[in-house]
Parts: sequence; structure tokens; C-alpha cells
Amino acid sequence: MTVQLDFLKRIPYFSGVGPADLESIAKLVFERSADRAETVVLEGEVASNVFFVASGAVRVFKTSAEGKEQIFSIVRPEESFNDVSIFDGGPNPASARAMGPVLLYGIKRNDMEAILRTHPQIALNVTKVLAKRIRQLVSLVEDLSFRHVISRVAKILFEQISGETGRGPRLTQQEMAAMAGTAREVVGRSLKALEEQGAIELDRHRIVITDKEALQKLMEVSS
Amino acid sequence: MTERPIINAQKCDGCGLCVTVCHCNALAVVKSVVTFIEAPECDWCTDCEAVCRTGAIMCPFEIVSLES
Repeated sequence: MTVQLDFLKRIPYFSGVGPADLESIAKLVFERSADRAETVVLEGEVASNVFFVASGAVRVFKTSAEGKEQIFSIVRPEESFNDVSIFDGGPNPASARAMGPVLLYGIKRNDMEAILRTHPQIALNVTKVLAKRIRQLVSLVEDLSFRHVISRVAKILFEQISGETGRGPRLTQQEMAAMAGTAREVVGRSLKALEEQGAIELDRHRIVITDKEALQKLMEVSS
Repeated sequence: MTERPIINAQKCDGCGLCVTVCHCNALAVVKSVVTFIEAPECDWCTDCEAVCRTGAIMCPFEIVSLES
């Protein structure tokens, strides 16, 4: 099956590109499908393709030596991943895993280089995509290095139960992120860290505060 | 009753991305709106909420204290 031109047109890389050029690009596109939880790109491996999500979603993440995951982004239809390494020739900076069944379109590194050499509009589009990515990553770096997000998430949780016994309001990770001034991905990791430190337990749709004192101590970490 | 994600039908654009990531098969798009269907157990992975572009699906956590 060949890639639909309508789909290519909607990819930010190919925005504003005429039908004749899109047709020649479509010939370089290959299809790849992956099942739920399948690793599509492995961190550290030699990168050879850039991928565009046609359907489904892909999680881009890094794993620490201790096995902790930091999610960088969730890639949705029409968005791309593994762009950085195909342009700098280095290894994949992060892994990518299918969150469900996904259909991907890929372009090989050499083909992408050839496209960029002959299509200045695409080179400009790619620059914009990468600039947006840098902005997002800078924000994540700021969160992870300068802000004590764990203590702020601890404070948010504490405030929900402070002064009363038992249940507090219900909060989504997105709402906690907005309250802590951070990204949803950082909240997920903070909750896991609080659980590892014994202050809370994640019990399906409940966050159980098991050690209020420990939670208070974590709140007091310089903020 | 199984605790289920909260769906805002007005915000849902029926893209079905949440359906593809739900490993419990607890979601389906019915008449262009995502719907929770009876599934053995939603394990509250919150992936549906994470992928939703329009914020139409929410998986709130109930915050409970064991201590007074």
C-alpha cells in the first residue's frame, strides 16, 4: 500500500508542498506496523529512519540504569519521531514504544537528506518542527533540574487531605501538572517517586497517603 | 461498579486514539463519541487521558488518607 497524499499533506514536514513533489516523496515512504508495547526504536541503536504516525500513538522515553522511565512525549497521528538522530547521524537518543496497534510511515535517512537538499520549503518546515521540539525539551529540562516538582506534588496531595480525615477531591494528572506548573509527564514520575519513598500508594484510581509525616518531609525539600 | 474514566462527549472529536491505546478494550467510538463499554477491569493506566488532544477523557485519582 502506498501512502496517501492527503495524509502526507497533513504532516508538518510537508506543509505547503505541491502535489507533484508530494508524489515523488510518497515513493520514498515505507509502511511499518507495530503491536501494542512493541519497541519501534531502541535508545542507543544506530538510527536509520524518521517515522510519522499514521494511526495510533507512540510513547517516546528514556530508561535509567535503575529502570526508571522518563516520558519525553506522546507522538500522535501526523507527528514524527526519531528526527534528531537521522539528521545528526548519531544513535537514537530515546526509545519509542507503541501504546496500542500503530501504523507508521517511515523515510530512510539518506532519502530524507536527499529530500531536504532539493526542497527548501521542507527544510524550513523541519527546522520549525525541531525548534518546537527543542522548546518542549528545554521546558522539561527546566522542570527536572531547577524545580523541585516532587515536593510540589507532595504539597498538592497534602493540601487535598489537610484538615480532614479520609477523602479529598479527585484530581487528574493533568490538573496536578497545572497546579504544580509542570508537565503531565513529570507528575507521573513524581507520583512514582513518592510511592517509592513510602509516602503514598497508587491503588488503581486512588492515591492513598500511607505516611503523612513522610509526605510532609518530602514537601519541605527546598522549593 | 467499575470506576471508569470521565468522558466529555462535547469535547470528544471521535478520533478514536484513546480506543487504540486502551489495553483493556474498555473504550469504543459509538456515533462519533468515545464511550466506555463494559470491560472486565479498567486498570487506570491513564493512557487514554494522556493521548487525548481535546481533553475529552479524564482519569481522576481519588486522594485518600489512611491517617487522620
